[in-house]
Amino acid sequence: MLTQRLLLSDRGGMVVLGLVVLTAILVPILNLVVPTSSPFYVSNFTVALLGKFLCFALLALSVDLIWGYCGILSLGHGAFFSLGGYGMGMYLMRQIGDRGVYGHPELMDFMVVLNWESLPWYWQGFDMFWFSLLMILLVPGLLALVFGWLAFRSRVTGVYFAIITQALTYALMLAFFRNEMGFGGNNGLNDFKEILGFDLAAKTTRVGLFVASAIALVLGYLACRYIVTSRMGRVIVSIRDAESRTRFCGYQVESYKLWLFVFSSMLAAIAGALYVPQVGIINPGEFSPLNSIEMVVWVATGGRGTLFGAIVGAFSVNYAKTFFTTFSPETWLFILGALFVLVTLVLPKGIVGLLGHVRRKGDKS
Amino acid sequence: MTPLDRLRETWRRDQIFDFMLPKPEFGKAVDTSHGPILYVEDVSVSFDGFKALNNLNLYIDDGELRCIIGPNGAGKTTMMDVITGKTRPDTGSVYFGQRIDLLKLPEHEIARGGIGRKFQKPTIFEALSVFENLELATASDKHVWYTLNHDLSAEQRDRLDEVLTLIGLTPQAHQDAGALSHGQKQWLEIGMLLVQNPRVLLVDEPVAGMTGEEVEHTARLLTSLAGRHSVIVVEHDMAFVRSIARKVTVLHQGSVLAEGSMDQVQNDPRVIEVYLGE
Amino acid sequence: MNPPCRFTPRHTLHAVLLWLMCFSALPLHASAQSPAAPAEARTGAVPAAQPSFEQLVQQLPGGSLRDRTATINQLSNQRDERLADIFNALLAGELLADKDTPPTIAIRSGEQLTDALTGTALSDSTGLRRIPVNNNLRTQLRGQVAQLHLNHSDTDKRYAAVQRFIRDGVNADTAALLHAHQELEESDRVQGAITTALAVYRLQSADSGIRQAAINELSGSLEQEARNALRGIAANDADPELRAAAAEAIESIQGRIGFYRFVENLFFGLSLGSVLLLAAIGLAITFGVMGVINMAHGELIMIGAYTTWGVQVLFPNLIEWSLLIAIPAAFLITALVGIAIERGVIRFLYGRPLETLLATFGLSLVLQQAVRSLFSPLNRSVSSPEWISGTLTINPVLSITYTRLYILIFGLLVFFALMLVMKRTALGLKVRAVSQNRAMARAVGVRSSWVDALTFGLGSGIAGVAGVALSQLTNVGPNLGQAYIIDSFMVVVFGGVGNLWGTLVSAMSLGLINNFLEPYAGAMLAKVLVLIMLILFIQKKPKGLFPQKGRAAAD
Repeated sequence: MLTQRLLLSDRGGMVVLGLVVLTAILVPILNLVVPTSSPFYVSNFTVALLGKFLCFALLALSVDLIWGYCGILSLGHGAFFSLGGYGMGMYLMRQIGDRGVYGHPELMDFMVVLNWESLPWYWQGFDMFWFSLLMILLVPGLLALVFGWLAFRSRVTGVYFAIITQALTYALMLAFFRNEMGFGGNNGLNDFKEILGFDLAAKTTRVGLFVASAIALVLGYLACRYIVTSRMGRVIVSIRDAESRTRFCGYQVESYKLWLFVFSSMLAAIAGALYVPQVGIINPGEFSPLNSIEMVVWVATGGRGTLFGAIVGAFSVNYAKTFFTTFSPETWLFILGALFVLVTLVLPKGIVGLLGHVRRKGDKS
Repeated sequence: MTPLDRLRETWRRDQIFDFMLPKPEFGKAVDTSHGPILYVEDVSVSFDGFKALNNLNLYIDDGELRCIIGPNGAGKTTMMDVITGKTRPDTGSVYFGQRIDLLKLPEHEIARGGIGRKFQKPTIFEALSVFENLELATASDKHVWYTLNHDLSAEQRDRLDEVLTLIGLTPQAHQDAGALSHGQKQWLEIGMLLVQNPRVLLVDEPVAGMTGEEVEHTARLLTSLAGRHSVIVVEHDMAFVRSIARKVTVLHQGSVLAEGSMDQVQNDPRVIEVYLGE
Repeated sequence: MNPPCRFTPRHTLHAVLLWLMCFSALPLHASAQSPAAPAEARTGAVPAAQPSFEQLVQQLPGGSLRDRTATINQLSNQRDERLADIFNALLAGELLADKDTPPTIAIRSGEQLTDALTGTALSDSTGLRRIPVNNNLRTQLRGQVAQLHLNHSDTDKRYAAVQRFIRDGVNADTAALLHAHQELEESDRVQGAITTALAVYRLQSADSGIRQAAINELSGSLEQEARNALRGIAANDADPELRAAAAEAIESIQGRIGFYRFVENLFFGLSLGSVLLLAAIGLAITFGVMGVINMAHGELIMIGAYTTWGVQVLFPNLIEWSLLIAIPAAFLITALVGIAIERGVIRFLYGRPLETLLATFGLSLVLQQAVRSLFSPLNRSVSSPEWISGTLTINPVLSITYTRLYILIFGLLVFFALMLVMKRTALGLKVRAVSQNRAMARAVGVRSSWVDALTFGLGSGIAGVAGVALSQLTNVGPNLGQAYIIDSFMVVVFGGVGNLWGTLVSAMSLGLINNFLEPYAGAMLAKVLVLIMLILFIQKKPKGLFPQKGRAAAD
């Protein structure tokens, strides 16, 4: 019954999830077992890249859930992603211990440089993995709760919401750039050594993180799917299409929006937490408003309002980004800019919508 | 009321605090022991100096079918907005039954308490199917967690099927609501009102854009609803009003100009003046 | 180096007035701006009978020391701008001459040699010898130099000279000199400085009555030196009464300084506000009136700034004029770009604000990258015309840069011009009609698509004009626009969408809040705090300070 609801009734989703599972099985084998000389060998670089894409896909999912289904455009989802990333970064920093450049047993290198005497209170506890994990979920969730409560309660919607979320991430970016905040200033957190005792430079750890990202994506997808196929999902869509009508049906629109926003922020935070150990750095640049808007474009390109569309979008746009920034960095911003315009003007339903359109045409003729 | 007065209020032994009042919930009885189910008293609303409602007084009896007519800008829609909580009046009070102060409740609680509304322009959820539209409106627990984890109960489903038959949309149950014709959308919206099982129905121009046959059908439905529900109909179509009306209220410039049977109202010289001009 | 004689109050006033008139009276500006003043001072004062300035300078190397003394005396009667440099060089032993007739007189500063009379650089140092001076001559020269500075036509130079006197210690000679000069002095600022100098001199007197009077006089002075002198007395003087008087005087001075600091902060806040106003006002039109979210607004500002740069590159001889040329040019260029954006993209997206936001964001990326590819990713240097640089010193603790002053005036000017356009012209009427009820406006014969394009063009053009102003304040680079876009949106949202007055009030108050927070919180934290305050404010009043009311706004 639940499988029917979550998977079988969703053909596109099944295809996309199948591909994700397939890569999660094949890539580790091709990377670890196949000899380097073989043409089937998957390089470490590719593993890291795909792992990054998986995190982005999860992030896109979180954006799609609130924008595609509930019509709330958040231009500040990068903030939740980065907060999750910083949470993980703090755990990884604490794991360095006395192996830092200055060899201080407790303080991070940048704290030593700032002449700090002791660890700030908000760094306490991050040496424990479970605590860090909890914080990775709680801090962005709490921020989303407070921010969303304030915003939805006073019925800040549409463009206004988009602008103040953008201001939120902008403010956080400025704050994290400050050295006194205690998050490494503009260098951010880097030079990580190990996670849960595994060496981050080791091949197996990287593959492990890759598989973990794939699992997180699949679980995240199923959770989102559970929400959108429930009655709550229908309420959310009706809020998107006719908010005040939904209210007159007896639904407290604000609390629906709020819980969805909080859930989505946590999803984004998980994506951030998985992203950081794979790229090895987190800095305030991740908070930049541009990043947050880019996420929206992944979703728009893939097709908003369909969950697998978000995944398709995240993969295709980021693949294009990698391709163009390697071969012709000048053109990438042109292409990204053109993508924004084209998707909104010509392809309101994104790639998925286009595919559906083509298929329906094929069926007819 | 000054803060000191408010503080004094709290010392009274018979004081009932707002938070102690039960929240209105679907199907809960409304105290109508004195007759009327809806009391609108001395309500004024102004937008930038323009008085949309001007000391409006209106009492709706339990189970009554009331038609409200009036020229454009008489305040009909604003009155509905005030009752459903969309607009807060500058002065006045609106009570639902003896106890429930509607001015203190947000829109969704007013809806849960049993006041349903049909808009002038049909507003249905076009991206959802007909069935899902009705499912959304069905009276049930509407909290986030409940809707996440529960489908409709068997009883609610039966009621839903019943309404589907009543509004004649059973064949289209799983079609997208956006694909319905204009008349069918009107019906769907009425159906959504019915599954909500309200005590008071506010119906804004229900027959706009309907064919003659559909109008008749609607008239029959609305009259049959009266008795179990109180129905307030705002309409421009005089023939339609005449066909269903028992009691008619004429609004003009934000207050009640005349009230009575259709014949009484139509012969009232003031009403004739308002409608025909000097 | 500033050429001398440019910043008399009269000139400043001219510049302000001309700036105000720049739209209507361009030709008039030409005659008044021509830099003729210094030449007049250079040549005008030489009587025909006496030896000319050049001849006297050429006499300097020859003859005995006594002859030189006579020459110097003769020279000091000449009012010539070059004299100060020559005397200073002579005093420092850096005035050189060769054996030619007439000899070449050169000033050496470090490795560089310049001809003392023509001001041209000399490459050849062969044959040049130092012109010798003795102690007697030096004393005479010092007095002459001080006098020269006091008689300088530039108020700033005279002021600096008096301050140097106070710093070096005032003795009876200088006191007499200053006293004599005070009668002639026109500038209040220099007068004040001289009074301070004389009072500082009288502090050294033996008579405690005179000293008491001097302290009283100093308590009205804002000069740093006055405070130093008073502090010395308050700390060390033997007379307890004088110590108390000095302490009291310092306190009263501190109070006034606090007031002027506040005024300065107020001004800086307003000037920051006017920058915000300039950046946001175009947005207030496109967002507020048309409901279009134009994320490329920042890039239009950037294009305006680049236009200024372009004008300066194209007409390198007209730097003084560049801003006045750039304003209409930037307006036209950005308005055209804006109309192109409206016709090409936004037209298809009316009623879908979120899509407009994304599409225009894409355009902003394209514009940024285009500028990067066309010019360079590096910042361009835009120079400031003479008349806009420099500071207006009101008193020793309060000085205001002209750039900020002009931008404040300019921002208000643009605002009121726009107000006039919206309230008094046919276009304004149509714009307001379309913004209130598109269908109805179309029904009464307004070509709404045409109005849309023009409105958008107007908003964009103002962004370009803002860019010209910003080019005088910040670095002109591809990222210029990004720095302002969020702030601008905040201004519009804070002020209330669709309300130009609201935009004015909110820009100014945001500027002030930011500026008053900065000393306590630091620049970045101040910004963060302002953003947080705004986010909270929007909760309280989602429709801004001055919301639109009425039935239409309720939906």
